[in-house]
Amino acid sequence: MNNESSLLLVSSSPHIRNTDSVPAAMRDVIIALLPALVASLYFFRMASLKVILTCVVVAVICEVVCRKVMKREASIHDNSAIVTGLLLAFCLPPAVPLWIAGIGAAVAIIIGKQLFGGLGNNIYNPALIGRAFLTAAWPVYMTTWSAPLDGVTTATPLGIIKEAGKLQALGDAGAAQELMKQLPALGDMLIGNIGGSLGETSALALIIGGLYLLYRGHIDWRIPFTYIGTVFILTTIIGLSTGQGMWYPLFHVLAGGLMIGAFFMATDWVTSPITKKGRIIFGLGCGLLTVLIRTKGGYPEGVCYSILLMNTVTPLIDRYTKSRVFGRVKNHA
Amino acid sequence: MNKFTFRGGIHVNGYKEVTNSLETLPANIPDKVYIPLSQHIGSPCSALVKVGDEVKKGQKIGEGKGFVTAPIHASVSGKVSAIETKAHPGGGYVPCIVIENDRKEEWAETVKPCPNPDSLTPEEIRKIVLEAGIVGMGGATFPTHVKYSPNPEKKVEFVLLNGAECEPYLTADHRIMLEKAERIVKGLHYIMKSVNCPKGIIAVEDNKLDAVEVLQKAAQDEKGIEVIPFKEKYPQGSEKQLIYAATGREVPVGGLPLDVGAIVNNVGTAAAIADAIEKGIPLIERIVTVSGTGVQKPTNYLVRVGTLFKDLIEQSGGYTGEIGKVISGGLMMGKTVFTDDMPVIKGTSGIVVLKKEDVKEETEYTCVRCAKCVDACPAFLEPTTLAKLSKMERWEEAEANNALSCIECGSCAYVCPAKINIVQHIRRAKQMIMSAKKKAKK
Repeated sequence: MNNESSLLLVSSSPHIRNTDSVPAAMRDVIIALLPALVASLYFFRMASLKVILTCVVVAVICEVVCRKVMKREASIHDNSAIVTGLLLAFCLPPAVPLWIAGIGAAVAIIIGKQLFGGLGNNIYNPALIGRAFLTAAWPVYMTTWSAPLDGVTTATPLGIIKEAGKLQALGDAGAAQELMKQLPALGDMLIGNIGGSLGETSALALIIGGLYLLYRGHIDWRIPFTYIGTVFILTTIIGLSTGQGMWYPLFHVLAGGLMIGAFFMATDWVTSPITKKGRIIFGLGCGLLTVLIRTKGGYPEGVCYSILLMNTVTPLIDRYTKSRVFGRVKNHA
Repeated sequence: MNKFTFRGGIHVNGYKEVTNSLETLPANIPDKVYIPLSQHIGSPCSALVKVGDEVKKGQKIGEGKGFVTAPIHASVSGKVSAIETKAHPGGGYVPCIVIENDRKEEWAETVKPCPNPDSLTPEEIRKIVLEAGIVGMGGATFPTHVKYSPNPEKKVEFVLLNGAECEPYLTADHRIMLEKAERIVKGLHYIMKSVNCPKGIIAVEDNKLDAVEVLQKAAQDEKGIEVIPFKEKYPQGSEKQLIYAATGREVPVGGLPLDVGAIVNNVGTAAAIADAIEKGIPLIERIVTVSGTGVQKPTNYLVRVGTLFKDLIEQSGGYTGEIGKVISGGLMMGKTVFTDDMPVIKGTSGIVVLKKEDVKEETEYTCVRCAKCVDACPAFLEPTTLAKLSKMERWEEAEANNALSCIECGSCAYVCPAKINIVQHIRRAKQMIMSAKKKAKK
């Protein structure tokens, strides 16, 4: 019992919080990535396991060391380093040398996140920073793909279509057509039985994970919906106007890193807008840039750069999409 | 417009089942009551009695100057034994008139029934409401008569009675709606009369459909009164959100409900008005929910103003163990008190006690920009932006980001996964902005 001399605890309202927390949310992201992880292990076997383990372990070690060196409180328990490691691994080629994967993870954590002050302060998605760095530094390793299951060197669907496009432009229509025959069936692209990055080939597994995040309320439907929707609509227009039909937009939606980008990277809390309107603009921008890079750019895939570019303008989007305040309306008569 | 709800807000566990089926129990009338000279927003009262005076129940013992104030009354008959400072639920210490109860329960002569309440003019009704010391009983304690003062430019189109009671644990309004539905409807009738408004709405959250039924029955013979179930969502009981849910109109920033033709009163206030007008009884008692994990026997009490918190807790079987927090009001917007040795005032809707293990010390993470606070804010602000600006003490920017529109409902902090004390930061910004404004005026 209390008496006059023992004062009670005084604190600011509210006196009740929900059970949500940053570590729990990050744990949910990890759970959401599990279907893609299983698909990756199935299709790419040991190669997948080694790269994923390398990325996660290096990411976690860098997180711990960075905080120590910077004399900041430890942040490893927020689980975000594991998420970054997983996401980076998921967008690396299966045959990538492990030392490159490790450097990518270190760049992602140290430069992509901790130098900005840690989780919450980074401007760019850390995993994408890691990937962009590796693509610039070791382009050959980063574009050498192996087929699922048997591991022989192959090309990604987006790589094939880009090559075919180049041949077409050079006037070699026959060779282009021959090349296009190598494209996998849409069904294989859906389940992930194609060449590509470790965790991004199985659109289905990523969609399941994305739906889980939506269900848990961690991501806003606006970003993945407008992102994938924009890609779909733009490629439909291209597909119909070039006579390739509805196969073309479906191919683009299922190919490359669009699913993992739309559900797991563009939706990154820290680096995407906080306003609803802003998220729609963000998704539109990502979609537009992705299609632009895929169809007009030098790279076969544009998800990584389109999201990084949109990360850049996130503060600007936030500034210009502020909600009107309750009560600031033209009032009724 | 989605009918009878608002944008933003959160779903929060109400813990209403703890006390919502418990009939209101008259609390023990204490041997000594402590009546604070300030129980309302506005100028505090000066004592009209001195130590040694005999006072009767319902006698006016304090009165304030100016327009925005409300008199205070003796809640028991007896002798004024002291005028001393005492801890106050609103914070700090406030002078109180201490009355030693003589247990005679003698009413003051001023307390007499009105022979013909329906012949009262609006003016007379306002006078009675003022003299009875009636203030907003939902917790805001704004002097009620002020709201009824005529404004030639602004017509009252709706009188809304707030029976949303969206705060967790609190069931005082729920009980009064069940037990005194007739008083509430009568009170609304008089309010409508005093402001010359033909339309009255009693807004009840749809987790209290039993109260809706009882009120509908009580109101069936009253013209112009409608009882409407509103969607259960926190903070439905917030005045501006309630008006929006009922009418689709937004009270302008910095404006008053009257700017959109509305007047809002708590259901308990309406019942108190009915008693004041028909029976001449001033506001000297109210229903208080004593609940939470930290009390043995949660109960709804009918309590005399001036009864100490600790007496009520004792009557509820005492604390269950080590106390974490004692809160005057609900979990979302209530204020923690630093001692239980303080009196119940007119605005005390509940006393919620949390056990030590229910009070978590959360580590504050850096904001991860998840924007859950943005989605939850019923004022459409960016709580995280405001909290950041406040932490950096950039007050002007906080003002430019509409910090003053924050209603401190706590929805943002409730949903924050980074466990940032957003309300606390914004409250600080608001105080700094207000004090800067005051300085600028001088």
